[in-house]
Amino acid sequence: MSDLYEKTATELASLLRAKKTSSVEITESVLSRIEALEPKIHSYVNIYPDLALSMAKEADQRILDGRARPLTGIPIAIKDNMCLQNEKTTCGSRILANFRPPYDATVVRLIREEGMVILGSANMDEFAMGSSTETSYWGPTRNPWDAERIPGGSSGGSAAAVACGQATVSIGSDTGGSIRLPASFCGVTGMKPTYGAVSRFGLVAYASSLDQIGPFARDISDVSLLLNLLCRHDPLDSTSVPIEHPDFTKFLDKPVSGMTLGVPVEFFSKLENEDVESSLSDARKVFEKLGVKFVELSLPSLDYGIAAYYIIAPCEASSNLARYDGVKYGHRARDFDGMIEMYCKTRAEGFGAEVKRRIMLGTYSLSSGYYDAYYLKAAKIRTLITKDFKQSFESCDAIFCPVAPAPAFKIGEKVDDPIQMYLTDVFTIPVNMAGLPGISCPAGFSSDGLPIGLQLIAPHFGESKLVQLVAAFQKETDYHLRRPAL
Amino acid sequence: MEFEAVIGLEVHAQLLTDSKAFCSCTTKFGSEPNSNTCPICQGMPGSLPVLNRKALEYTVLMSLACNCRINEISRFARKNYYYPDLPKNYQISQYELPVAEHGWIEIDTSSGPRRIGITRIHMEEDAGKLIHDERKPFSYVDLNRTGVPLIEIVSEPEIRTPEEAASYLRAVHSILVYLGICDGNMEEGSFRCDANVSIRPNGQRELGTKTELKNMNSFKNVQKGLHYEIERHGEVLGAGGKIVQETRLFDPSTGATVSMRSKEQAHDYRYFPDPDLLPLRVEPELIEKMRGSLPELPREKKERFVRDFGIPEYDAGVLTSERSLAQYFEDTVAIFPNPKSVSNWMMTEFMRALKGQDAGVVSAPVDPENLGQLLKMIEDGIISGKIGKTVFEEMWSSGRGADQIVKEKGLVQVSDVSELTDIIRTILDENPNQVARYLGGKNQLLAFFVGQTMKATRGKANPQLVNEILLVELEKFRN
Repeated sequence: MSDLYEKTATELASLLRAKKTSSVEITESVLSRIEALEPKIHSYVNIYPDLALSMAKEADQRILDGRARPLTGIPIAIKDNMCLQNEKTTCGSRILANFRPPYDATVVRLIREEGMVILGSANMDEFAMGSSTETSYWGPTRNPWDAERIPGGSSGGSAAAVACGQATVSIGSDTGGSIRLPASFCGVTGMKPTYGAVSRFGLVAYASSLDQIGPFARDISDVSLLLNLLCRHDPLDSTSVPIEHPDFTKFLDKPVSGMTLGVPVEFFSKLENEDVESSLSDARKVFEKLGVKFVELSLPSLDYGIAAYYIIAPCEASSNLARYDGVKYGHRARDFDGMIEMYCKTRAEGFGAEVKRRIMLGTYSLSSGYYDAYYLKAAKIRTLITKDFKQSFESCDAIFCPVAPAPAFKIGEKVDDPIQMYLTDVFTIPVNMAGLPGISCPAGFSSDGLPIGLQLIAPHFGESKLVQLVAAFQKETDYHLRRPAL
Repeated sequence: MEFEAVIGLEVHAQLLTDSKAFCSCTTKFGSEPNSNTCPICQGMPGSLPVLNRKALEYTVLMSLACNCRINEISRFARKNYYYPDLPKNYQISQYELPVAEHGWIEIDTSSGPRRIGITRIHMEEDAGKLIHDERKPFSYVDLNRTGVPLIEIVSEPEIRTPEEAASYLRAVHSILVYLGICDGNMEEGSFRCDANVSIRPNGQRELGTKTELKNMNSFKNVQKGLHYEIERHGEVLGAGGKIVQETRLFDPSTGATVSMRSKEQAHDYRYFPDPDLLPLRVEPELIEKMRGSLPELPREKKERFVRDFGIPEYDAGVLTSERSLAQYFEDTVAIFPNPKSVSNWMMTEFMRALKGQDAGVVSAPVDPENLGQLLKMIEDGIISGKIGKTVFEEMWSSGRGADQIVKEKGLVQVSDVSELTDIIRTILDENPNQVARYLGGKNQLLAFFVGQTMKATRGKANPQLVNEILLVELEKFRN
């Protein structure tokens, strides 16, 4: 029997139900894996062994009492931007370095109610701003497949932890690709659900109209279990949509024959990386073999996706991050003369360069006289992107495309070149702009052994279609089963 | 050159909802600092707003009362500025699409009733309070008020004089209080007003440069502040100077306004739609439901009082200025159906007594039933009108009924002719000089004899009878 930390939640759940193992055993296995790899990978900002073991004990009791739910006893890592009552929630930032929220995020509450085991808070780009997890105040997370490389971001810690057994599953947040990109770079399956499917209450906001929480796992079966837990209406979040979600596990064994995937020409014409190209073309063959049809389609407005995103997201961020002022909580500068200087010094010391860049971008774009030219125009482009997608879905069930233009890059390679960094998200950003669900699924490896992800995008609340397609794909392929050698 | 003033007013009214605008904290006034707060109104990371349905209903109610068009879709916007009493460092407000627009209300002016346009009515959240202690190098923040729902009512610049401004404010105030959606307390800040004012030569169409006045916490101060500012504008322009567009603070101790910040220093609020709140759709059903619950408004009531009760316009205006006062009047009339007499009593004795205490009409120690009873006793001649006033005072201070007081104090009017005749004869006998002068043509001396009679009966004599008997008895001295 392989180590417990290597197993999926689905496998562990059946072992637990059969009383062949305990949550404490599983948790101990994962905690020792964390301990062993943390110096090398650094997936976590904070690890809570005591909390985890006490939750594991409770979970074992529930299993014994016959009160277990599907994910009871399964260890999970939580991105450092979701409020965990009384435990540090830092958002990868110095400004919240000592912040302990007085309340649980809705997703954390759901995880507790399910009886899952919270391992710790996963590392991330500061305030989820970045594509590499290099902007974290706590230092970068490394890619388990090649420690010289970044894991993708901003949910890099969540992705890396799952990839190397430092967590069975995890959750992250995705504003412009922050789940899908690290999932692709770390060789795990990660989904950004439809905007409004998962509650944002307690998710420290970056760009409120784009942020969405979603799961990371090693296979689609685990993803579907997490979707069942996370996708539900929350009256505390006005943007949470009150709809009934299906049981996503019911779509794991549905045939995909007869379904149609759309191939946006604009995406593929931009591809320069041969490894990504050949992985995508192999994936297409797999789907075709399964009876899936492919149609070419055009999404012309996508060219403006990045430009519009880098107006809207910073605008919202400049306002969302205004509350970090040293008055109520978080970092406060030591020496200052008067209120204004306290504000200035606190924020100058508390925020990193990328966060400051986006606050300035947003503040500028919203300024009187510039609003129409920037924010309003970007909002219009957003409407166009949504329309383009909507039209595409008239001729296909889902869109088939890459997650990123190339596999994981090296640490430090793009950190001083924001534009290059921003371009990493060219294929993921439009999905957030339209509020659609998107998934990243392992679909190959580069010549130097780095994972390559395939992205599928569905219409609003079409998560079940993504589960169905990826499940069929994963039955035919073994990319998702490969683990980094550590 | 003759100038006319152009005034526009912005009223902020705190809504009387039980809970705050975007969280479930209580809006109770006067609690321990920061006790009525939660992660949402504290602006904790990750917290999100959810609109209070009641606050929307109240806003719709006010919008209907002000004859506004209600927007099917409105939007919440963030008004961004840094201040420690604003924990998110932005205020949830409305900008491009308010709940309601294009309304009007009617006000009284020296030249008769006039319509003043309402530009817009929108919802927003209140900020907290800073408490400064001069002895300490820091300030305290109290977030109890943070997130209390407000509506802002913006008038068109159609007000021409400080008196009209005060009249407009009284009208808005009385509508809000009538609707029961605001307690209207200006000192505690539940009803606040800012004014924009400019002047222009008579006949000129384009507006002059305006200044904004803040910190006027009573109707009187609004009037004072505007007078000062209009005069100041006149002096500056008259001397060939220019008005600087700026925000000015009214100083109640001097009655003057002083510059607070200029246009260059004005905040750039960087408004944009709040992504945490969906566009607000006001359903037609809600509008109809609110329309159905609109009470009779002050002006309608005033007109009805004049028409149905035949009381003077002025009295009707005073009596309908507050819903509870009008209700008191109607309740009293129901018991004692002589509206003019009720109105007279309320306009004088009742109002005087009411002014002497802090509480409102509802907690008046004399209720409509008791007042009605008192008035009936006067009409029936059981007590005199003059004694009635004394009895009323006693009722007010003791909270007891009129008949009880009259009985206990033996105040029943003396209407016994033989008893009164005896008393009067004694008085006439004791004052032969006055009697002689009266008979000599000094008719005014009748009042002297009435007074003496009243004194002798401790005011209980029926005045009409006293008069009649005196005339008869005095005549008897002629022979």
